Parts: sequence; C-alpha cells; structure tokens
Amino acid sequence: MTVDRLLPTPEAADLIELTREIADRELASRVDEHERAETYPEGLFTLLGDAGLLGLPYPEELGGGGQPYEVYLQVIEELAARWAAVAVACSVHTLACFPVAEYGTARQRERWLPDMLAGRLVGGYSLSEPQAGSDAGALRCKAEKVEGGYRISGNKAWITHGGIADFYALFARTAEGGRGISCFLAPGAADGLTFGRPEEKMGLHAVPTTTAHWEGAFLEDDRLLGAEGQGLQIAFSALDSGRLGIAACATGLAQAALDEAVAYAKERETFGKKIIDHQGLGFLLADMAAGVDVARATYLDAARRRDAGLPYSRQASVAKLVATDAAMKVTTDAVQVFGGYGYTREFRVERYMREAKIMQIFEGTNQIQRLVISRHLAR
Amino acid sequence: MNIVVCVKQVPDTATERKLRSDDKTLDREAADGVVNELDEYAVEEALKLKEAHGGEVTVLTMGPGKATETIRKVLAMGADKAVHLSDDALHGSDALSTSYAMAQALKKIGFDLVVLGSESTDARTGVLAAMLAERLGVPQLTLANKVEVNGSAIAVQRLTDYGYDKVEASLPAVVSVVEKINEPRYPSFKGIMAAKKKPVETLGVADAEISADQVGLANAWSEVVDFAVAPPRAAGTVVKDEGDGGAKIAEFLASKKFV
Repeated sequence: MTVDRLLPTPEAADLIELTREIADRELASRVDEHERAETYPEGLFTLLGDAGLLGLPYPEELGGGGQPYEVYLQVIEELAARWAAVAVACSVHTLACFPVAEYGTARQRERWLPDMLAGRLVGGYSLSEPQAGSDAGALRCKAEKVEGGYRISGNKAWITHGGIADFYALFARTAEGGRGISCFLAPGAADGLTFGRPEEKMGLHAVPTTTAHWEGAFLEDDRLLGAEGQGLQIAFSALDSGRLGIAACATGLAQAALDEAVAYAKERETFGKKIIDHQGLGFLLADMAAGVDVARATYLDAARRRDAGLPYSRQASVAKLVATDAAMKVTTDAVQVFGGYGYTREFRVERYMREAKIMQIFEGTNQIQRLVISRHLAR
Repeated sequence: MNIVVCVKQVPDTATERKLRSDDKTLDREAADGVVNELDEYAVEEALKLKEAHGGEVTVLTMGPGKATETIRKVLAMGADKAVHLSDDALHGSDALSTSYAMAQALKKIGFDLVVLGSESTDARTGVLAAMLAERLGVPQLTLANKVEVNGSAIAVQRLTDYGYDKVEASLPAVVSVVEKINEPRYPSFKGIMAAKKKPVETLGVADAEISADQVGLANAWSEVVDFAVAPPRAAGTVVKDEGDGGAKIAEFLASKKFV
C-alpha cells in the first residue's frame, strides 16, 4: 500500500514519486533473486546515483540534493520497503560522506564530494573492529605518521559494502587514549589493504559485509579528515545521523511486512471468513500498523529537530531504538499472520524477519541507544 | 541538430481504461496519465543523438491541460524545451487530423529530425510517423531499431519480421522507434528540479495556423460507431496427455483453423 506522506515541499513529493518508480521497477523486481542467491546487484548503485538518490541530504553547492533529513529519510524508507540491504547500503554511504562534508577542508570537499554525492564513488564506514564494537574507543588499528602521510595497520570488522566500496570513512589510532583516534578518507583499493571473505549473515545477503586488513598501507596527509585526535567525535556525530537512516530502514521494512500481512489476511479464509475479519488477527494487524506509525513518527520528529538546527542526539537514539524494535516485532507478527507459509522462503515475510534482527544490532546496539538516552536523562 | 520528439500522454495500461459514453472518445479522467511507453524510447534516442551531435531536443505533445505532466516528465529526462499543442477544438481528432495538427505545429517549430514512438498504447493505429512525413514532405524511417546520423545523412535499421532493412535518407526526416532500440533513462532528481524552469510554449489552433474545420471530433474521417467492454476470458481447454496428447493438440489447432 502506498504510504500517504506528509511532505514539506512539492519537490519532495516529486522526489518520493521518482523514488517509488525506481524502487518498484529496479529494486522490487530484483530483490528476491539477489537475496536468495546472495549476489551483489551490479550497476544498481550507479543507477541510484545517476538518479540523484545518493547525495540527498548534502548541500547543492557540494553536488548534493539539498534535501532536509525529513525528506531524505523518507526516501530511504521507500527504498527499504522494497530492498532492505540496498537501503542500508545507501544509508551507510550517506554516513560515509558525512566526515568529508562536515569536517573536510574546502579543498577536500571539492576534491571528493562531487563524485561521492553523485554516487560515482560508493562509500563504506569502517569504525568497528573484532574486539571493539559498542566500545568504539577500544579500537586498535594504527595510523602511524610518516613522511607525507600515514601508514595504516590493523584489522577492521563489520564493513557494509566491504571490498566493493570505492572509499571508506576509516577510524584509526594516531595516539593512545580516547583522544588518540583520527578519521581518514581511505580509498577502496590500496597496496596493503585486503578484505576478508564476506560474512555468512542471517540476512541482507545481497550486499557483502567483510573485515578489512591493513598492513602498512600508505594514506597521504590530505586524507586525514578533521584534526588528529578528533576521530571519535566525528564518528559519534556521524552516527547520530546514521542512526536516523537505520530507523528509516527499519520503518520501511516494517511497512513492507505490514503490507504483505494485510494483503494475505484479506485473502486467506478460515472458519468461513477472511482471517482479517477474525478479531484476534485484526487486532494483531492493528498493533502492527500502530508500530509502523510510531516508528515513522519518531524518526521524523528527530529529523525535524535536526533540520531545525536543534540538538537531536537523544531523539535519534530513541528513533533507532523504537523503529528497530518495532521492525522486529512487526516482521515476527507478519510471519505469524502467514502461519506455516510464513516460515517458508516462498514468502517475503520470512526474509523480513531475518533482516529486522540486525537492525537492533548495528550502528549502535539498542543497549547502546538506551545508554545514550539514559546519559541524557542523567545530565 | 534540432530534434523534436513527439510524445503522447496515454492512460496507464496497468489501470482500467474506458471510453466516454457521451462522445465515445477516450475517458482521460478515468485513468492515470502516463507517457506512452514507446515515446520514452523516442525521447531516449533523441537525447542520445543530442549528446552525440549537439543541438537541442524539443518535446511536442498534443493533448488537454493534463498532458503537462507528460511534458514535465520528458523535460526531467533531459529535453530542453517543450511545445504543448492544446485546444478544445482538437478534442476527438482522429489520426488523419492529428497528423495535420502536429505537422502544422512542427512547421512552426522547425526541425532537422522528428522522433516518435512507433505507436501509442491507447489508439494503436501506428500511422502517425508515416502521415507526418507525408504532410511535411520529408522522408519517413519507421520502426527503427538503430539510428545513425552522419552530417545530413541518416541511416536506420528498420525492424521487420525476418530481420531488418537498412534505410537511408537525408535530413530533415521523421523517425519512429521500436522498444528494442535502447533502454530509456530515469529522470534524475536534479532533472526534475531543472524541468520546472524549462520553457513550455502552449499553442492553440490559431497559433499553429491549424484550420479548425479540419480537426476535432466533428471533422474526423474515422468514427467510433459503437464499443463494448471486452468479455471476460473464457476458461481454457485442458488436454490430458494419455499417450495421445500430441494428436489432441493437433485436433484442437485444426478445429481453430490454425493448422
């Protein structure tokens, strides 16, 4: 069912219409095949970039779409309703552009952003390490200062688009301690950079997640973003925005599960009537719809605060927490609506349930979101 | 090169399409209007030719006010400007009078090359390209699967049932394209924004020097006498193969005079 959206401008309405056309024709038609075969959709990100969908929340002067988060996130939600893995990769790309756009010098922005925001260069985000996930400050990957640049050595983990992306927002240690982490714009191909084989994941099969191994690869000075030691601050401010992207992905996924469940419940009959007309099932669907609406309302509230220049870190964490928990519940209930059929791979709801789980984990587990929220309360 | 691409707004083939009960013309309000699919290939080809040879792409459409949606879509794909031929007097025009009105507009716009889809999904007459070429006194290169322009020479592969013909002519000319010719691009978000600022000229019959007594329902040479809703498809015949399946199928085909 088409979501009836409240949009701030006619151009936003045009953008959503364009997104739906592309999502229906290019994503919905290919998703089942690629998720099943675990194959990467070659050419798809170029197509999304050509359409202008990979640089939406960045200023037009830098080659972006000049759209508020309120609109950009609804585009992500529309993509996620057709193909969660692609929407997540788009959100991560936007996240990966953030350090250059917000902390890069004018020269760095001019050099890289036009290609990044047009999707000619696709980005990944490389903060986590095998031993440093939630505790990002525990990362060990080293950036050693040498003549003209830095030598990177260490292991990174859980990189969306790993091995495929053209660049990575890389966080590595230039000194000891919490203020010893720095942010780099690393190329996807460098001598001394290799990637592990893709993780065998529960879901999001079409876009690989890998480790990265740095063995003394050289990055020139110009690839340091912000000041030395500013890395963790950059990482966390990027993640405030990134979390909103994940909340939008979760909302789209939940919306898709709701739509499939409602359509099935209007068709399937038991005891002489449609199952949606049995109150037990009707109420379950009503709760699912309420969950989707709450998820959307919550991320949009945080987005509107961001767009208005207000603090939104706490609201972003609430949105990520609420939307991803809603997605887990709604997709699980969608399987319930389908009964035994829902447990088979013949129906998309089975995949949705698997895809929802990771959303409670990545870009800050929901426990970390609670930590952020409670620290705001304790201030 | 000055390229004019003719596009038509048609009812979405995915929705229920109807004729009006009063004058038996297409009920344009009943369904969503979309760009005629084959015309998107024409637009793509026009844009490619412009990218290769320079020049300008002008969109020409004939239709009611609602057709501006189609114009915007094509401008968003990358066309430079548009001419909207729109007049109540044109309502109900058949293929002959449409070709006359369009030819008048094309004379006014001026062109080196006119590109259009080989047919529309609503009327499906497939004759407009030929009629336009005749009225304009220029060569017609229809059903093009491939188009090459070299200076003032144009060559196309004309798709046929058995392969293709090579057809050559000199510009100005009219080309109609088939869907095998290319893969139409999506508009981009920036293209959609830019389209809002591109010039759209609206022409009425007087502006295009169209004689009102040669167009419209009253002056149409063809007439819709009656129409009926297509009957629902009847259930098919199931042939069970009990060793004689082949013979039964042959019998069936013979009974329908297919063999």
